[in-house]
Amino acid sequence: MGLSLFEKIWNKHVVKEIEGGPSVLYIDTHFIHEVTSPQAFKGLEKRGLPVFRPKQVVATADHNVPTINQHLPIKEELSRIQVQTLKDNCEKFGIELYGLGHPYQGIVHVIGPELGITQPGMTIVCGDSHTSTHGAFGTMAFGIGTSEVEMVLATQCLMQSKPKLMRINVEGELNKGVVSKDIILYIISLISASGATGYAVEYAGSAIRSLSMEARMTICNMSIEMGARCGMIAPDDITFDYIKGREFAPAGEKWDDALAYWKTLYSDADAKFDKEININAADIEPMITYGTNPGMGIGVSGHVPALSEIDEKEKPSFEKSLHYMGLQPGANIKGKKVDYVFIGSCTNSRIEDLRMVASFVKGKQKADGVEVWIVPGSKQVEQQAKNEGIDKIFEEAGFMLRQPGCSACLGMNEDKIPAGKYCISTSNRNFEGRQGPNARTFLASPLSAAAAAITGEVTDVREMIP
Amino acid sequence: MSKQLSLVKSTVVPVNIENIDTDQIIPARFLKATTRDGFGKNLFRDWRFNNDDENQPKPDFPLNNPKYHGKILVAAKNFGCGSSREHAAWAIKDYGFDVVVSSFFADIFKNNALNNFLLPVVVSDAFLNKIFSAVEKDVNAEIEVSLPEQYIKILATGEQESFDINNYKKTCLLNGYDDIDYLLSIKQDIEEFEHAS
Ligand code: SF4
Repeated sequence: MGLSLFEKIWNKHVVKEIEGGPSVLYIDTHFIHEVTSPQAFKGLEKRGLPVFRPKQVVATADHNVPTINQHLPIKEELSRIQVQTLKDNCEKFGIELYGLGHPYQGIVHVIGPELGITQPGMTIVCGDSHTSTHGAFGTMAFGIGTSEVEMVLATQCLMQSKPKLMRINVEGELNKGVVSKDIILYIISLISASGATGYAVEYAGSAIRSLSMEARMTICNMSIEMGARCGMIAPDDITFDYIKGREFAPAGEKWDDALAYWKTLYSDADAKFDKEININAADIEPMITYGTNPGMGIGVSGHVPALSEIDEKEKPSFEKSLHYMGLQPGANIKGKKVDYVFIGSCTNSRIEDLRMVASFVKGKQKADGVEVWIVPGSKQVEQQAKNEGIDKIFEEAGFMLRQPGCSACLGMNEDKIPAGKYCISTSNRNFEGRQGPNARTFLASPLSAAAAAITGEVTDVREMIP
Repeated sequence: MSKQLSLVKSTVVPVNIENIDTDQIIPARFLKATTRDGFGKNLFRDWRFNNDDENQPKPDFPLNNPKYHGKILVAAKNFGCGSSREHAAWAIKDYGFDVVVSSFFADIFKNNALNNFLLPVVVSDAFLNKIFSAVEKDVNAEIEVSLPEQYIKILATGEQESFDINNYKKTCLLNGYDDIDYLLSIKQDIEEFEHAS
């Protein structure tokens, strides 16, 4: 019987299987950041252990960094200590750090691919649930907790039980105004925020294959929002072209060897999946969420479900969610006023996202009373935007281009949406309080967010493009 | 932190809400610490307090209701979804819980809980409802969770259900071992694996 992409990579990385328990998996690359690593390093010290393979660990500061005046000392004391602790730990344990001020600094899931560190067939982990992003390269990438970070630092191995396998096929052509963020929001709205829990998900089909690497990363990024252990896409020429020539990509003979291996990474025709879902790309319209988990999404021309459309059992959670969002059951979502627009996060802060926004807003002005934050995913994205003159377009539109970091995606630093305000956001989570206590989040694509920035309300972007 | 689990017999704190994500369990702004301690006081912070103010507790939230107490937290399905932050497990454990019961857990949370000697117990929807009704009837209703024998029991009615846990993890929890101890013991295998590939 044939093997799936997941199984091919899994089998190659099993060091040992434990009877009635998890498998010991070898990890090729481990990304760390300031928030989920300090306790892991403390644990190592307590045990008197070194980092087992420091060359396979890459660090950056992203979650808790300011996104303006990054050249100044961080004002807030706890944040400053946390970022400094990462620096100290990296020095002490011999780990490469792309910290604040470094030309490679940025959101961990943006810099890994952009530096060519993320490659097909690898196992990658990071103490962050959106590690699934790297799966866009045909990589097995898991988000892990801090005890597991410590485990990988100590042994370069992770204990994992084998997940079930799901394949989601998206076939056909996308409609006008529909981009990869809409595909994944649509999928999650179909199968719910827990619909893929316990599964590794492979995305396949002609609509997926037609996407750029940036767009594929957006899809794999949000796999965790339906509970999936990881998301992945088989590598192809688009993948190989993206990687070629990047800083840490293999070169010369090594490239040829790598490429030969990478080309074996696909699900065999007779591979078995525990579950398969087929989606017609033409059914997808620009999506937006109305509730407080990413599964609560609808087409922008649709309406918030009426109470009669909700399962009796789910009514309390549904009503709690709408109450938080200040929305009425059955209400139209289009036309809803927004106060903030956040374009950023590891879901949609890559150069392609910024280009998409810039080409849409060029010559337009943001609506009065709306605050627009553009937070590039990395220093390299920021630099590239400047090289291309995208920064000028944003400035003329009244958008604020900030410095790289997670920013208002999780509201850990000072970039918070004020209580009660509405933010249309290109990030991945609309949980209560995610963008600040009592902040209200609509998740959408960069294109839909840009449209809302111009009109000041939730807008069907299809009406604004030729 | 108790680094061993076996039999837990206790009253429960019911939080009958679905899809409780780790941002609710511990909001991001409390993740700035560099140690594992003290997260319990901010557990469910924004559901417990108005305006982020400890002097303004929300009386309806079960953790603020003095009639509920105990070592077992019971929540509706899909508990612990979202962020991988282990701080969520630390907060629950630090607050004083040893067991979390739900009909469905998110994967990363489940691992994080197990790595912190916090036992996630998966029960059927029907049994979960029985627990909620038992507590509704009598706030002092006790639940017994036996790790060695893998059952959970409502003592007042005697109703019980068995739960799954893999053998390896069970041994770890019963004996206070952790994964790093194990992995260090197979270091030679790891090095051989590196050579071979
Ligand atoms: S941008 Fe948001 S989701 Fe991505 S790593 Fe940062 S906090 Fe996590």
